[in-house]
Amino acid sequence: MFARGLKRKCVGHEEDVEGALAGLKTVSSYSLQRQSLLDMSLVKLQLCHMLVEPNLCRSVLIANTVRQIQEEMTQDGTWRAVAPQAAERAPLDRLVSTEILCRAAWGQEGAHPAPGLGDGHTQGPVSDLCPVTSAQAPRHPQSSAWEMDGPRENRGSFHKSLDQIFETLETKNPSCMEELFSDVDSPYYDLDTVLTGMMGGARSGPCEGLEGLAPATPAPSSSCKSDLGELDHVVEILVET
Amino acid sequence: WVCPGHCEPLSWCPAGRRACTDIISTVEFNYSGDLLATGDKGGRVVIFQREQENKSRPHSRGEYNVYSTFQSHEPEFDYLKSLEIEEKINKIRWLPQQNAAHFLLSTNDKTIKLWKISERDKRAEGYNLKDEDGRLRDPFRITALRVPILKPMDLMVEASPRRIFANAHTYHINSISVNSDHETYLSADDLRINLWHLEITDRSFNIVDIKPANMEELTEVITAAEFHPHQCNVFVYSSSKGTIRLCDMRSSALCDRHSKFFEEPEDPSSRSFFSEIISSISDVKFSHSGRYMMTRDYLSVKVWDLNMESRPVETHQVHEYLRSKLCSLYENDCIFDKFECCWNGSDSAIMTGSYNNFFRMFDRDTRRDVTLEASRESSKPRASLKPRKVCTGGKRRKDEISVDSLDFNKKILHTAWHPVDNVIAVAATNNLYIFQDKIN
Repeated sequence: MFARGLKRKCVGHEEDVEGALAGLKTVSSYSLQRQSLLDMSLVKLQLCHMLVEPNLCRSVLIANTVRQIQEEMTQDGTWRAVAPQAAERAPLDRLVSTEILCRAAWGQEGAHPAPGLGDGHTQGPVSDLCPVTSAQAPRHPQSSAWEMDGPRENRGSFHKSLDQIFETLETKNPSCMEELFSDVDSPYYDLDTVLTGMMGGARSGPCEGLEGLAPATPAPSSSCKSDLGELDHVVEILVET
Repeated sequence: WVCPGHCEPLSWCPAGRRACTDIISTVEFNYSGDLLATGDKGGRVVIFQREQENKSRPHSRGEYNVYSTFQSHEPEFDYLKSLEIEEKINKIRWLPQQNAAHFLLSTNDKTIKLWKISERDKRAEGYNLKDEDGRLRDPFRITALRVPILKPMDLMVEASPRRIFANAHTYHINSISVNSDHETYLSADDLRINLWHLEITDRSFNIVDIKPANMEELTEVITAAEFHPHQCNVFVYSSSKGTIRLCDMRSSALCDRHSKFFEEPEDPSSRSFFSEIISSISDVKFSHSGRYMMTRDYLSVKVWDLNMESRPVETHQVHEYLRSKLCSLYENDCIFDKFECCWNGSDSAIMTGSYNNFFRMFDRDTRRDVTLEASRESSKPRASLKPRKVCTGGKRRKDEISVDSLDFNKKILHTAWHPVDNVIAVAATNNLYIFQDKIN
């Protein structure tokens, strides 16, 4: 799962963009490492959606880490603003929607506790939970890791959020992604880069720097092919065939 | 510290039902320390009993032998969510003993069970309606009545489930804690804490609920909870942001507002992207006295005075040498490992686990600490455990191990200390080690 509004294109602030680009060109090792950490975190969140019962604590901690990085990148100016309409949807104080980051993990909760304990009288029987869960929307066998806890309109917004995600994430090789997402009209992020960059296990590079700001080794080069199978699987789920 | 008895450190023997040997997931002494319960990933509970002092075998005291084994939880399938519910036992808590039988609570992610463990050392013979081998007798052949008599038999220990507390937790249960009133207990999951009465299984009170109305706003979860050992209205719960809230159930039914809030101010000089993760509290334990509580976060153990919320009174570094490795530990997920901690009976010492099968003990009085290893090689019978040392840089001495050589797959997450004596139980993956202080 990728964060909504993770990176934003700045429209109408071309000088800043140029400045930012110039800054990026002379990107510091810290930024590289921070970016690697961000990518790693996103992959972790995505992987946690594929697990049977994701660990909520872990998901929340990773999501918070992503948010931290995002906030810092925003302050740095290395975060590029999104198109205006999208910016309205994602207020600054909630740059990364935790729900988007970890939707499956929390969307699995179908029941809601009996409301209003009031003054301590016996809670509405816990058996209330059972009827509530049985009223949930049926799940898709394939997308069990991507439970929606609401009706169809949530899915609409889910797709839209994905739009934002993908349009704003940087892409190096958009070609292999475009045909997969041909029905959405925004450029898409190359998942490969994210996935394989992490699969390549950038061990010493990002890690050393971020902890002690020591000079870093550049991120290892990645190859698309080995992870296309996994990519297909992910895409399948995302597109919800 | 030595491994007692003539035998090797007790090993965990899998039942053979599962393909992989079962990883121990919880360890707990009962109130007297005579029984030690372990739960594993396969849903089984194994209870060990301490051997009584025996003059003919003076070294046998301190040995724990298997007393009872039973399958507590089975894997379940939640058809609605298309998810499997693991049978792994997350926690075991004993009830104080009130009669000849022993009771304990064991829980997996979703369901808590009350088990009764009782001994049977007599059996009845001379039934009227059935033969000795159990076959029903032909009623027409019964011409006389006799009174069945009880005869001694080999000791049999039976475990039976007496209560099943289910369907109250949407999220994964991480803690259970028996109240000092011996009638109620709490169970905590990531977002809620429920209060149960031991006799009532079809309902529970929700006493803490931190689930936000909008899940998008979720940034903090409950990581552990425990009742105060003496004040039956007081409990604490810890969070993933390194905070502890003490709640008083007398103040309101829903304890969303805490009575006390414990948090140590962050040290700005050591801030990193991992600061929050390593501050997440994995365990919280009251001292036996009830005056202090101890919290375990990723790198340290902290002792808090309940009367001082602003900062802990003691901080003990468990493996500070890992601070420079946090990114790697984040990558391999070790940074999310949940270590537990425990007090000794007199609250003068605390213990917690680490990696490479190391565990650490801190003496609060002398301010000394020691690192020990739980492994077959270092645990020869009656030989003392040698203190271990991790070399953090520079020249490595002969007996030291360097940080890069540590085995992060060998983690000691669960340890327990006998409530009275200096006997400890250490779970190293799928092996259980029991050590005692040789001064005994």
